[in-house]
Amino acid sequence: MILILLALAIIVGSGFLSLLRGKQVRSASWIGVTGVWLGSVLILYAAGSVLFKGGMESWRREITIPGGALSLYLDSLSAFFLFPILILSSLAAWYGTGYLKPSKKNLGVHWFFYNLLVASMVTIVLAHNAILFLMAWEAMTLASFFLVTFDQEKETVREAGWIYLVASHLGTGCLFIFFLLIGAQHDSLEFERSNATANGGIFLLALIGFGTKAGLMPLHVWLPEAHPAAPSHVSALMSGVMIKTGIYGLLRACELCGSLPAWVAWVVLGMGMASGILGILFALSQHNLKRLLAYSSVENMGIIAIGLGLGLLGISHHVPGLAMLGFLACLAHIINHASYKGLLFLCAGATGHATGTLDMNLLGGLLKRMPWTGATFAAGAAAICGLPPFNGFISEFLIFAGAFRAGTTSNGEVAILCLAVIAGLAFIGGLAVAAFAKAFGTTFLGEPRSEYARQGHEVEVSMRWPIVLLASLCLILGITGPLLVPKLFPVVSGLTGYSQEIFQRELGPLMAVLPKITLASLVFFAFFAVCFALRRWLLLGRVVEQNTTWGCGYLRPDARIQYTASSFTQPFGDLFHWVLRTQRWMAAPSGFFPKPTSFRSETPDLCQGHLYHPAFLRLNWGLSKLRWLQHGKVQLYVLYIAAVLMILLVWKLAV
Amino acid sequence: MIDLLLILVVLTNLKLLGASRLGASIRTVAAQGVVLGLLPLVTHPHPLSIRILELAAGSVIIKGFLIPGLLFRAVREVDVSREIEPLVGYITSLLFGLAALGLSVWFGAKLPLPMGALSSWLVPVSFFCIISGFFLIVARKRAVTQVLGFLVLENGIYTFGVGAMQEVSPLVEAGVLLDVLVAVFIMGIIIFHISREFEHIETDRLSTLKD
Repeated sequence: MILILLALAIIVGSGFLSLLRGKQVRSASWIGVTGVWLGSVLILYAAGSVLFKGGMESWRREITIPGGALSLYLDSLSAFFLFPILILSSLAAWYGTGYLKPSKKNLGVHWFFYNLLVASMVTIVLAHNAILFLMAWEAMTLASFFLVTFDQEKETVREAGWIYLVASHLGTGCLFIFFLLIGAQHDSLEFERSNATANGGIFLLALIGFGTKAGLMPLHVWLPEAHPAAPSHVSALMSGVMIKTGIYGLLRACELCGSLPAWVAWVVLGMGMASGILGILFALSQHNLKRLLAYSSVENMGIIAIGLGLGLLGISHHVPGLAMLGFLACLAHIINHASYKGLLFLCAGATGHATGTLDMNLLGGLLKRMPWTGATFAAGAAAICGLPPFNGFISEFLIFAGAFRAGTTSNGEVAILCLAVIAGLAFIGGLAVAAFAKAFGTTFLGEPRSEYARQGHEVEVSMRWPIVLLASLCLILGITGPLLVPKLFPVVSGLTGYSQEIFQRELGPLMAVLPKITLASLVFFAFFAVCFALRRWLLLGRVVEQNTTWGCGYLRPDARIQYTASSFTQPFGDLFHWVLRTQRWMAAPSGFFPKPTSFRSETPDLCQGHLYHPAFLRLNWGLSKLRWLQHGKVQLYVLYIAAVLMILLVWKLAV
Repeated sequence: MIDLLLILVVLTNLKLLGASRLGASIRTVAAQGVVLGLLPLVTHPHPLSIRILELAAGSVIIKGFLIPGLLFRAVREVDVSREIEPLVGYITSLLFGLAALGLSVWFGAKLPLPMGALSSWLVPVSFFCIISGFFLIVARKRAVTQVLGFLVLENGIYTFGVGAMQEVSPLVEAGVLLDVLVAVFIMGIIIFHISREFEHIETDRLSTLKD
């Protein structure tokens, strides 16, 4: 544990040093990044020994806040979360040095908050005391707020920052109540495993609080605003791992609450399905690449929540196989999503960096200009669609395996829910392929649609390497993932309380199948390599002519004859118009000599437009009635304070 | 002896509530500061130690002379009229003071002190100071009178602290004194700036500065 404390000190300390360097862009960046790397290596060493050798570490100091203590505890769940957090933090930081190089701003401030964000995420997964947890949670929110508002001179960025801050604090408010109620039950604010039967209402508070951070529907409103506004390495970090702390919180909350009633599993599954389906539908209809990725994060958090919901369902109905597969899928998808969503955001950042825009309708043909970025984006897109041999496959496979097993062997509500999950996940998977075919196709294939795309060029080395490393990580995890899944059992055992014997009895046959997935991936690879070699051999010595992509055989093809991002999704948009409410502006051609025509479509967020915006307007109207209290007279302000203090004193003494 | 000093404090508070002239008010606060500075000398049960002497001397000098001197200077520099201009009239203020005294005595009877008070007047007087201080801040217009109210409020806390002298280290008292001194400096600077910008120091006319 001393190692971890030292590493935290290094991360925060290098942040402060970077702050002092301020204007010296190069040294500020390198100090910040070196601190993150050094700290990550030390913490991962400690976490690795706990995760792979078992055991736990703890450290505790009293502080003077009532109920608070600096209490850190490293068990297998914490160790598991430390891996995606620190690996992605390090790679994104490296990428950030290249991404921010053209910036004229004070980068010391940026790296200070970046390191603070990393340190607070580490503290969150290690905290074993509610007060410490909430302090780290708040530090994480504030640090990420300042990172999101890096380009604060832009109006849209400031607005996105405020939406993020307000949403986060509403969530944190629920968490305060949750931890106080739990603390009152346990008679202590330390995190202790409970064996009592919990009140589902308390867990609902945690679900709102942590669900806001995790971006589950309908609490996701800040994601599509904040992710496009932030610098890309920050979006990668936030979308890749920061929102996962919400899932971590939910897993801890399950532990703290004890055994939960069955309807909680319904709620979690419902939120997961809603996030998954609506998230991918909205992703499909976005034209901004990073906004699309943000909605796709909502979808993936939905899949993680489905895994969690299946786990809770299995526990409450005593179906151990379903419970263990649900939690395994939840954990596996956390790792997988962290790697490929980090990769995709970094690729999107590279695209925006090289061309100056993220509007897919203005891009196109970038694969020829940015071969590295394009190829790695393709890998990430394949991974996020759950296509083998990349890593998205295994976690969705585990959910399907669990749902099919329980759906065919159980009856009653378990069977119904499992069948609904199978249908929903299949639907999500199909739409995900469509969304990423659109994202990759319109951005990287075809011909440039505008000057922006024509000036695209490959990004520099410090941005290229992290992307390539993440893409190889996706591939390696995809191939070795099936073999690693059984290694996650200690974490699941900590969450569910099932022993190794039950695991072997229930899931032994399934685990025996997993290596065959690896084998199939390798065979696929060999097949691909053979095909590639065959193509090279066939073309050997022949004249290979290159022509305009999607030229359709015309003599003078034009970039405008390609499918655009809007036209690609038009059938889906029509089919789901009742929920997407896509707005369209069209000047259609008419007459024999048509004038210039135009078409534009936009899909604003459903929840924000129809739920939060009206609700906050009402709230504002109601609170404006209290404006007379704020009159600017200092004397009366002091009177308020004095009166409240007096009333409290008299009340306390009189009772 | 303790009771005598405490009653003097009560009387100075009543005088402050009824005073109409700025100079008299500042002098009254100075007198209260001197009385309170002497308080540790009589409340301390053991033979006098150097620290107690230091504390008493520090209190008398800072509260009785330094702060009033600074306030007189501030008043002279901004050249305001010597009238106090109350929001609540003097008679009403005095009546409020009597009610506050009654409430404080009730507090004193109700509030249990862990170590037992040296005098049954200690807790009521400290509460009376705190309430009067609040009242002076709320019911007077001038920024200078608000500083005075703040000082009286602080004196109340100090009185309470002296009651708990056996347990609270002189370091805390010294820290509190330093706080007050800094507060007076800041207030002085603010008063000076307000008068330079707005040509008056009446805080109730600054209400347009709210956001």
